[in-house]
Amino acid sequence: MKYLAPKTVEEATTLLAEHPGATVFAGATDVIPQLKAGRPEPEALVDLKKISQAVSVSDEGGHWSIGAATATAKLTGNKALAAEFPGLVEAAGLIGSDQVQSRATLGGNLCNASPAADSVPAMIANGMRAVIAGPGGTRTVAVEDIPTGPGSTQLQPGEFVVSFELDHAPARTGDAYLRLIPRTEMDIAVVGAGVRITLDDAGNVASATVAIGAVAPTARRVPAAEEALVGNPINDTTLAAVAEAASAACNPIDDKRGTIAYRRQVAGVLARRAVVAAAERAAASTNGASNNGETR
Amino acid sequence: MSRTHVTCTINGDEVEFLCEDDTTLLNALRDEVGLTGSKEGCGTGDCGACSVIMDGALTCACLVFAPEAEGATVVTVEGIADGNKLHPLQQTFLEGAALQCGVCTPGFLVAAKALLDENPHPTETEVRYALAGNLCRCTGYDKIIRAVLAAADYNGSEG
Ligand SMILES: Cc1cc2nc3c(=O)[nH]c(=O)nc-3n(C[C@H](O)[C@H](O)[C@H](O)COP(=O)(O)OP(=O)(O)OC[C@H]3O[C@@H](n4cnc5c(N)ncnc54)[C@H](O)[C@@H]3O)c2cc1C
Ligand code: FES
Ligand code: FES
Repeated sequence: MKYLAPKTVEEATTLLAEHPGATVFAGATDVIPQLKAGRPEPEALVDLKKISQAVSVSDEGGHWSIGAATATAKLTGNKALAAEFPGLVEAAGLIGSDQVQSRATLGGNLCNASPAADSVPAMIANGMRAVIAGPGGTRTVAVEDIPTGPGSTQLQPGEFVVSFELDHAPARTGDAYLRLIPRTEMDIAVVGAGVRITLDDAGNVASATVAIGAVAPTARRVPAAEEALVGNPINDTTLAAVAEAASAACNPIDDKRGTIAYRRQVAGVLARRAVVAAAERAAASTNGASNNGETR
Repeated sequence: MSRTHVTCTINGDEVEFLCEDDTTLLNALRDEVGLTGSKEGCGTGDCGACSVIMDGALTCACLVFAPEAEGATVVTVEGIADGNKLHPLQQTFLEGAALQCGVCTPGFLVAAKALLDENPHPTETEVRYALAGNLCRCTGYDKIIRAVLAAADYNGSEG
């Protein structure tokens, strides 16, 4: 196996074309354990961390650009990003220990395509888009459309994610990600729920995105929960509808971390709690608590 | 296949080594550089026994490919003492008997050093979260946490 470290996107796409058996990597926090577990070695490993667009976080005016190979520690350490999207940054910050945070990336979390990947429901809730480079040029795809099943994505041979686009949040917007794990640190989600809420001036929900993870082959949105929220206040009736919709949207597995019935119930509970947390942040953002960007 | 030549700075010294591209930094440190302080507990990022500080960031050497270290600055447990003077953490680990078999100790020392470098006076909760990536099968953790808190006090008196 050969280690290759291209410095530009073009160099990377050329190397990937020359080495059809190559795999890209960023933090290797999934790749190395998988090799240790006996997965066959690729012909070459292409390190994305020397490509500047893939490892930078910048405010591009209308949106944030987040390099797909940026270590999650850089995201949790970015005060402006964390103030505008606390739920997204908290989700990224849940991945592993401090040791893992210095290596793990959003691109790896998404493209490893574990149904339980923590950052994915939060990325979906925030409408993030992946900028993909490949032999045919560049294309932009919604994050929710990238995973197609456990361990598989819609990326074509020679393609990789360079960065993510994240539009600035409208006023009175808040996001949240909650997960359940058996320990308080270092475990795989039994259920995860990512929510983003925008409130109108009357305090009703103007728009909502609800995404759940670890309860189906891929993270998925829950349209019925979103419909139950839009136009309504956050109250017991809407929250009960959210919980019911999230439980109904599950198609979970039974394993040592949780039975099907347990996962279904917890998905409802976490979706409801994440809606409450996101709505509280949305309400507080009128005071500038989470929308203090100058760009709007 | 020809081996890759890597030049990096380890514990302040410029070091060169040759490695296979699929070798981890942990194996290169132990087998090529001869620094066997970093331990392999799991090889998959779970136990922290291989913790090193690479370009200022705490990381598991078992999750890094050795060629990635080209041009990097790496601190291992061998590099945390000041000559013959132990690092305050090494001192308080000894005084507080914060180890039994000792396999986890290098990793705890490096992770705790990374914490105290960032946050010289952490709370107990902060210490526990910061060391969540380090496993110990012997001590039950309490003595380790006490030793780190004691070293933080030491930090204060040293200014
Ligand atoms: C101890 C430990 C604890 C962990 N805890 C958690 C946790 O709590 N929650 C969680 O969700 N995960 C967890 N993980 C899994 C892992 O850390 C995350 O999935 C991480 O985000 C992967 O990022 P990476 O850059 O290290 O991926 P890599 O290992 O570099 O890559 C993973 C996969 O994605 C592909 N890939 C990487 N980057 C790109 C790209 N830009 N474009 C296209 N394909 C790409 C690679 O080819 C590979 O198939 C843990 C791992 C360890 C070792
Ligand atoms: S050996 Fe690296 S984390 Fe266990
Ligand atoms: S002292 Fe034995 S593992 Fe910690």
